[in-house]
Amino acid sequence: MEILHSVTLDVEKCKGCTTCIKHCPTEAIRVRRGKAQILSQRCIDCGQCVRVCPHHAKKVVCDPFDMLKDFEYKIALPAPSFYGQFKNINDVNIILGGLLKIGFDSVFEVSKAAEMLSDLTRKTIKEPKDMRRPVISSACPAAVRLIRMRYPNLVENVMPQIAPVELAAILSRKQAAAETGLSPDKIGVFFITPCPAKVTGARYPIGGMPRVIDGAFSMTAIYKKIVGVINETEEPEALSSSGIMGIGWAVTGGESAALLNDTHLAVDGIENIKKVLEDIEDGRLPEIEFVELNACTQGCVGGCLTVENPYIAKTRIKRLMKYLPVSRNKFESGVGNKNLVTWDNQLKYSPVWRLGEDTTDALEKLNKINELYESLPGLDCASCGAPSCKAFAEDIVLGIASEEDCIFRMRERMQYLSGMGDADSYLPPPFRKSGEAQK
Amino acid sequence: MTEQLVLNYSIAGDDFTKAGEAAADFKTVLKKTGVPPDIIRRAAICMYEGEINMVIHADGGDAEIIIGADKIEIILADRGPGIPDIELAMQEGYTTAPENIRSLGFGAGMGLPNMKRYSDGFDIKSAPGVGTTVKMTIMLPKNRE
Repeated sequence: MEILHSVTLDVEKCKGCTTCIKHCPTEAIRVRRGKAQILSQRCIDCGQCVRVCPHHAKKVVCDPFDMLKDFEYKIALPAPSFYGQFKNINDVNIILGGLLKIGFDSVFEVSKAAEMLSDLTRKTIKEPKDMRRPVISSACPAAVRLIRMRYPNLVENVMPQIAPVELAAILSRKQAAAETGLSPDKIGVFFITPCPAKVTGARYPIGGMPRVIDGAFSMTAIYKKIVGVINETEEPEALSSSGIMGIGWAVTGGESAALLNDTHLAVDGIENIKKVLEDIEDGRLPEIEFVELNACTQGCVGGCLTVENPYIAKTRIKRLMKYLPVSRNKFESGVGNKNLVTWDNQLKYSPVWRLGEDTTDALEKLNKINELYESLPGLDCASCGAPSCKAFAEDIVLGIASEEDCIFRMRERMQYLSGMGDADSYLPPPFRKSGEAQK
Repeated sequence: MTEQLVLNYSIAGDDFTKAGEAAADFKTVLKKTGVPPDIIRRAAICMYEGEINMVIHADGGDAEIIIGADKIEIILADRGPGIPDIELAMQEGYTTAPENIRSLGFGAGMGLPNMKRYSDGFDIKSAPGVGTTVKMTIMLPKNRE
């Protein structure tokens, strides 16, 4: 299925520099005609390009706030990372109260649903080995998409469970329908998200379950709306009903800590995730039962739609959690039905990196790629629009680039055509072959 | 001619930080070929164990991998001390790895047994003072689809 990514390009602002293509963890961007193009199939919406673009040309397309008016009853689902964005606010209730002031009729904390799911996972992880170990969390959609395209042997390790925000959406809509008597489609459920991966996840649920979230607003946008209407001295209504375990999901280690077992691993940052997944794939982590993965540094507080530096947000989250009960929600009383939170199907491998229709075809291409790669300068300068000479060689063989896109190749050709001068005079200093190399 | 892809790796012997790099690269290549995931896993384990063995015991060596349409061959050759008693070395849990290496989590005596278990063909030749050559074959299913 072709999906519409939330990470997109602002064509006007893009200068065609090569910063994003070098930083993309899945080599999903190419520069063509002076603009960065995202290869849709490979993009996992991690937001790395949004962070690194010096021209702010990578933007995240969230939903417009005025879509609230399309619904009679509006529910806000704030991610726990939202609580870490505010200076001097030491009570979650003040933040939740702020959401009611800007147009929402009620709030349902994602951390509340997270507590219910943690409660369930605590039980299921003890059950007989009906899942491949280690069980890998499905909460970070960027990490799950990475697994789906790169780790065929790990798709069965991914916990087939909906994300806390999806559960929050289902429960809050049901609750609101019961309380107001409105039909469920008149009720709008809106996620306040720290990252683009979750915007895409809200539109196209990763486990293939039906869509349950009506819209996703960036944390930055909502922050701007409520920061002016709340203050630390007000006496808030008691709206929050989650504890340490739920709010802890905002930072790396929170989801694992809520499992109360010590054979887990909590990993953040895409490059670190890749290393750990390689190890798991090769069976090198036999003692680990559960793996929490967060594509962003420090966890969801590091998402590219947050306002605050992740480290500060983390400290604030820790402070907010200090005097809270450990957990205030149980799966049995809150949800009850395990089928409601379980994907219908196991995650499926999507071989976007496969080069050919069959092995023979792929081997033929790989040989051509290696041969080409040997002949390229190896500078990984990205002037061709691909992130590295290796990726460029692949692009040529796959027919999405031409050998002459390499500026060094082009120089050689120009020199051949003009038939004068020696080769060196056409090359920039790092590539000249004559003269002594200096030690 | 049937298409083949040959990969050559030179495994450094003294560098534990690089151990496993060749296996990781090999695995990346396999994922691009469309070889079924369970075969990728087996081949990667065979290569990884072999690579680690060469690093621990033989001061490195050379790996040649031939990927064809019907099988994968992994040939690991070193000029290490050789194995005096192959039968003994093939036993699970038998190890000659020194304590400092075992403390790193390597050398549990499962390397050779795993290589044999996960390959379809396993051949080992070794001569003390000359070196060891291991050849593993992993069969690929007939052209799918």
